Amino acid sequence: MRRLVDLAPPLFLAVLLLAVWEAACRLLALPSYFLPPPTAVAAALVEAGPRLAASAWVTFVMAVQALVLAGLIGGALALAVSLNAAAERAVRPLAVALQVTPVVAVAPLVLIWAGLDHADRAVVALAALVAFFPLFSGMLTGLKSADPDLERLFDLYGAGPLQRLWRLRLPSALPFALEGLRVAAGLAVIGAVVAEFVSGSGATQGLAWRLLEAGNRLRTAEMLAGVLCLTLLGLILNAAVALTARFLLRR
Amino acid sequence: MAEPIAALRGVTVDLTGRTPLGPLDLTVARCEILALVGASGAGKSTALRLLAGLQSPGAGLVSRAVGPGRTGFVFQSPTLLPWADALANVALPLELAGRPRAEARGRAAAALGAVGLGDRLDARPSELSGGMAMRVALARALVTAPDLLLLDEPFAALDSVTRRGLIEDLHALWAAADPRPAVVFVTHDVEEAVYLAGRVVVLEAATGRPVVDLPTPGVLPRPARWRADPACRQAVETVAEALEAAMGLSVGAPA
Repeated sequence: MRRLVDLAPPLFLAVLLLAVWEAACRLLALPSYFLPPPTAVAAALVEAGPRLAASAWVTFVMAVQALVLAGLIGGALALAVSLNAAAERAVRPLAVALQVTPVVAVAPLVLIWAGLDHADRAVVALAALVAFFPLFSGMLTGLKSADPDLERLFDLYGAGPLQRLWRLRLPSALPFALEGLRVAAGLAVIGAVVAEFVSGSGATQGLAWRLLEAGNRLRTAEMLAGVLCLTLLGLILNAAVALTARFLLRR
Repeated sequence: MAEPIAALRGVTVDLTGRTPLGPLDLTVARCEILALVGASGAGKSTALRLLAGLQSPGAGLVSRAVGPGRTGFVFQSPTLLPWADALANVALPLELAGRPRAEARGRAAAALGAVGLGDRLDARPSELSGGMAMRVALARALVTAPDLLLLDEPFAALDSVTRRGLIEDLHALWAAADPRPAVVFVTHDVEEAVYLAGRVVVLEAATGRPVVDLPTPGVLPRPARWRADPACRQAVETVAEALEAAMGLSVGAPA
């Protein structure tokens, strides 16, 4: 009952907006290539469903590969850097430079380096590139977040570097790393879509490619259906990370 | 006099953006309870960290006759691992020293029993009240049977009833230990210092130099009713005056 009351306002707003959209399309007699009504988008979603689902799976797999890659590199680098202040000063500016460089601008370069036959590798690399910073930064902040008095306690009992890492710094880092992962999951999908747009060849059959293709044919309803799929994909990834976090951090 | 358990001789500590502390001269005898009182910023915590070997002096000599892992430390807050239960928190010092897990957990359970938390072994710190969390921290400091126990205003954040209970317990635990550890106890509560300690040292504000070193009357451990004894009242008065003088010295003193 409580949940129903919580769900009512957002549901009501969504239904209202859809109704306004539908009514506007009909009353203004908008051409469907310009703005199809929600019912047409729904129809396109059903009609193109299998194609969109297959493409969503491709994008999902590439985004997850990118997350794993960025997590491994970002996590390992943060770990190495957390042990040495000079190393951190050396790496930080590079990491920030990587973060502020627009992924669209780097995409053509990465495509050349990956080879035009391996556009999927370029997509994974670019998605990993944008997912890298929050993972690295979250992990590094977390590794240094332990209470200074707890660090002193470990000094007092002569803890070795591995004991300190395993029993103090990694558990302290976990909430920060998971928050980084949550941000990175959203960014990885964005990175994958941008990279696919730039490659634009159909060498990868992800959702961005479906969007481009539908756009070329002026199938606007299918484009909107594709965007909807991307939103859902982002939400699913986000929810998966949030659930993992809740499971790992239950206290 | 027998060899002291720990001593500072002519120790100075450089602080960023402040007058350096010291020179500090302080001797801690085996099995005694020593209270350090002083204004905030008088370097009480720094003196404790020096005695613990956690901080190196800018100049001077720190000598410690304490075995490795035989120093206990209780911080101002409980400072427990939030993801670990009470038992794992108390077992930590032993496990860091490489003791087998079963032995560490067994001794930790006994230490928790000694502070009255034998029924809360699996409680996380977030499930414990402030006073109970402090008891866990005390159990963790005592689990290694330390030769030197250092407490940095451990009860300052607790309400007066809880605080009094913890002071009584600390007193009893010290008296029951064999051999008794040397205890150095930082506080800004003069009555607490006089009641608990056999000797009270007043630190001068700003420099942290020990300016008054006063043995308290009677023999430890003391019964709780000793707080109302005229001798106790007299000693509290003396220390309070010395503390005021030590704080007054700093006013307008050249930096």
